[in-house]
Amino acid sequence: MNISMELLRNFSSVGAGASREFSYPFTRKTKQRQLSFVYLSRTSYSFKSCSATLSLTAEVEEKPKLDVDKAALLARELRKTFNSGRTTNYEWRMSQLKSIEKMLEEKENDITEALYKDLSKPGLEAFVAEISQVKSSCKLALKELSRWMIPEKVKTSLTTYPSSAEIVSEPLGVVLVISTWNFPFLLSLDPVIGAISAGNAVVLKPSEISPATSLLLSNLVEEYLDQSAIRVVEGSVDETTALLEQKWDKILYTGSARVGRIVMAAAAKHLTPVILELGGKCPSVVDSNINLQVAVRRIIYGKWACNNGQACIGVDYIITTKDFAPKLIDALRYELEQFFGKDPMESKDMSRIVSSSHFARLASLMDDDLVSDKIVLGGQRDVNQLKIAPTILLDVPEDAQIMQEEIFGPLMPILTVEKLEDSFKIIQSKPKPLAAYLFTDDEQLKKNFVQNISSGGMLINDTILHVATDGLPFGGVGESGMGSYHGKFSFDAFSHKKAVLYRSFNADASIRYPPYTTQKQRLLKAVINGDIVSLILALIGR
Amino acid sequence: METLRDFERDLEEMREYYSHGKTKEASWRKTQLKGLLTLLKEKEGDILNALKQDLGKHQIGILIKTLNLALDSLRGWMSGRKAKLPQIALLTSAEIVPEPLGLVLIISSWNFHFGLSLEPMIVALAAGKTVVLKPSELAPASASLLATATSTYLDNKAVKIIQGGPSVGEQLIQQRWDKIFFTVGSAHVGRIVMSAAVKHLTPVTLELGGKCPAVLDSLSSSWDIKVAVKRIVHGKFGCCAGQACRAIDYILVEKKFTRTMMELMKSMIKEMFGENPKESPSIARIINKQHLLRLKNLLKDPHVDASTVFGGSVDKDNLFIEPTILVDHPLQAEIMTDEIFGPLLPIITPEKIEDSIQFINSKPKALAIYCFTKNKTLQRRMISETSSGSVTFNDTIIQYAADTLPFGGIGGSGFGRYRGKFSFDTFSHEKAVTRRSFLTEFWFRFPPWNNHKFQLLAFTFNYDYLGLVLVILGLKSYRQGLNDI
Repeated sequence: MNISMELLRNFSSVGAGASREFSYPFTRKTKQRQLSFVYLSRTSYSFKSCSATLSLTAEVEEKPKLDVDKAALLARELRKTFNSGRTTNYEWRMSQLKSIEKMLEEKENDITEALYKDLSKPGLEAFVAEISQVKSSCKLALKELSRWMIPEKVKTSLTTYPSSAEIVSEPLGVVLVISTWNFPFLLSLDPVIGAISAGNAVVLKPSEISPATSLLLSNLVEEYLDQSAIRVVEGSVDETTALLEQKWDKILYTGSARVGRIVMAAAAKHLTPVILELGGKCPSVVDSNINLQVAVRRIIYGKWACNNGQACIGVDYIITTKDFAPKLIDALRYELEQFFGKDPMESKDMSRIVSSSHFARLASLMDDDLVSDKIVLGGQRDVNQLKIAPTILLDVPEDAQIMQEEIFGPLMPILTVEKLEDSFKIIQSKPKPLAAYLFTDDEQLKKNFVQNISSGGMLINDTILHVATDGLPFGGVGESGMGSYHGKFSFDAFSHKKAVLYRSFNADASIRYPPYTTQKQRLLKAVINGDIVSLILALIGR
Repeated sequence: METLRDFERDLEEMREYYSHGKTKEASWRKTQLKGLLTLLKEKEGDILNALKQDLGKHQIGILIKTLNLALDSLRGWMSGRKAKLPQIALLTSAEIVPEPLGLVLIISSWNFHFGLSLEPMIVALAAGKTVVLKPSELAPASASLLATATSTYLDNKAVKIIQGGPSVGEQLIQQRWDKIFFTVGSAHVGRIVMSAAVKHLTPVTLELGGKCPAVLDSLSSSWDIKVAVKRIVHGKFGCCAGQACRAIDYILVEKKFTRTMMELMKSMIKEMFGENPKESPSIARIINKQHLLRLKNLLKDPHVDASTVFGGSVDKDNLFIEPTILVDHPLQAEIMTDEIFGPLLPIITPEKIEDSIQFINSKPKALAIYCFTKNKTLQRRMISETSSGSVTFNDTIIQYAADTLPFGGIGGSGFGRYRGKFSFDTFSHEKAVTRRSFLTEFWFRFPPWNNHKFQLLAFTFNYDYLGLVLVILGLKSYRQGLNDI
């Protein structure tokens, strides 16, 4: 453990150069395609780094902390940059986005490495769920930015004739992005890309629960991006509090509803608009008339192959009919074995639980007296490796803790109902989730589901994929958050839509001005209503 | 007045009513909009009377236009928008479905009581929600008219008016809402509302105010000058006597141009409001004594008093303040720190009109900037170098009438936007809906993972379809390993 501490310290002090050297041997070995061997060695390594993680936090404490004064200084510096107009410039935005793209090309290994350290995230999952998503966001912004920035011309009406009008997208100023640990890379850089493309200066605060990625982000941003306008602040509660004291022009927070409230309360002091990306219990309703194999694979993909359930849009629980449940469980059992092998605890294709406190929380959910006898599959756990096997629980009671909070882990309760329509009531009785999934071939059921279930996003017959669609907004409703981003929506989220109206001095109608006579009032009403007949009548004085 | 428990029960009933889904139906929405339209047509006289009682005001604004727009556009607004997908997403469709947010609270302001109460209500109803409206207690006549009129014309189960003072408002914002729409004008109260909204994570739209400047360039044509000054006088004194969040707060004009402008302005005020403006029915009163005293205090500062060049008389009994113009008062005076919200018009005279940009930027962001100029460069600079809710060139106030433009503030002037379709969006949640079929599936999406699958995914994410096909057919080998991508 001491050794790994040393390594980590080197890593942190020397920065990217050291980390590249450090990760090199592993890369080499993969080239020989001795996958299992590599993973074995990497697992043990990551295990070491995990215990070192705790000491690392202590080490961060020793560093000069970001207190309120320093945070204020930081905010002032960035505001100065913003006020100079530097970030508003199109060329600047493009150059920063290009740097991010370059960074993604050059540092892909380091990123995968850091994600592995923090979460044992499988390389492929890191690529699919994080790196490639950031890449495509960046690419889209680079391609579309010039178009997004063009003011939108709008029609004007008779009331303001003659005039022309447009909506100008204006950067908001200096924005704060507070991200989280489950997709620490994606959820940090995706909003930052939005903020940059809209022309803002930005401070990013990555999560201290994923320290390797946090450190890497800090180093990479320093190396690749404009320090006068884009900064990373590492740290935990104290640093976040110091940052929240400052006045920002927008705050985007990803995480829990509890902290979301703290962020919003802090924002209220400065009347700062917020985007809150929270979570919730995302249900998956499964009908019996489906292609079971495909559906089950997709459900597994959306639960265990998605950061082992530690995702805000991951499937939280399943609702199906009583008759169908046994079939569904059999299929899940079979496909899980196909994916993760006979002993899932040995699988290298599954992330681990992020921290011991989260592990303890999940363990207590399983040990709850109300549910401990409901486990029909899995249940194995290893506190040393912070691993929990895919676990399925059948017919857990509604009042069990596992149905009260977001699970955020590899436990999957299955609720059964007599008729599938009854599932709506269960979902509606809970706070609105970030995503809702439905597997069915019944068109009417699809329609009812879309109509009656309120959730941030909705995906029929698949999981997770809807967030990879740039054309769709990603955001919650109710307890799952407010505001949305992704693609063009990110640009809009970090822009102010300024209404601009151009009038000429010609055609100045005297009816607008006092003294207001009865005839003027009639005329004005006719103009506003666009009522040509009464307009003429009023004009000829009838 | 209702007790807390009473309206808690009311709200529970409204939520229950909402959950039955009736308000989501297009036909219900249409009926409500038509009800409002009838209300406005049949009660126009009463509304005008109430407004006169409260403020001595005259016109009811442009509600009918909004209503017609909402009725005409409802279908279009309600239908989802298709989202584009990459080709690889075979047999998949995606759309954005606007979904009503549920129960909303609208807290409106007294200065444009009907406009600011009914405008958001129209669209909230169009968006299929249940609405609680708390009108301002400062304009009691229109508040009680709103209460009685809506109960006859609208669905009582879905629309409630709750009257009362600040204590009722405070209790209301503690309840659970799906959206709070707030227009009262003060940033201070805006903060209180947003802090209260935290408890239930309620999204808020805040329409606040700010000091809206009017920049008057030294125009050359006498017609242009005349029109500009006329529009400025109207945008200040003719706009609820300056008691509007988007009314002109102060003017920036070049020193050398000041005299020309002043002369015109004086004659224009006479033309519009007569020799004795107090007698004019075309200018509004000050809402109450407290506000009148606040305005009077602003004038009390000896330096400010000395800079008064026109008007300045205050009639406490009739709640009237004469249109008042101040030139070159000290910039740190109180009148330049807070929003004036009354018929006092400070004039600031920079040497060059371009200097006004810097001056505007030294103040909190305003809801609107008005700029009178024909100089294209200045227009461009005004748009790109200042920040405000909106910019209007060569006119005042009128931007609100353009319902194709969003109306809303930035920074200290609030956030969120409304008017027309923007209001509909404000009151809706844009639900992202994707539909997939069971027919297409990429086996390489799923674990256990290996380099082969990885390569296929990399091609997929780069939309490199040719590469994808080649690898699948075994015609192309993958060179890269999992960890040196």
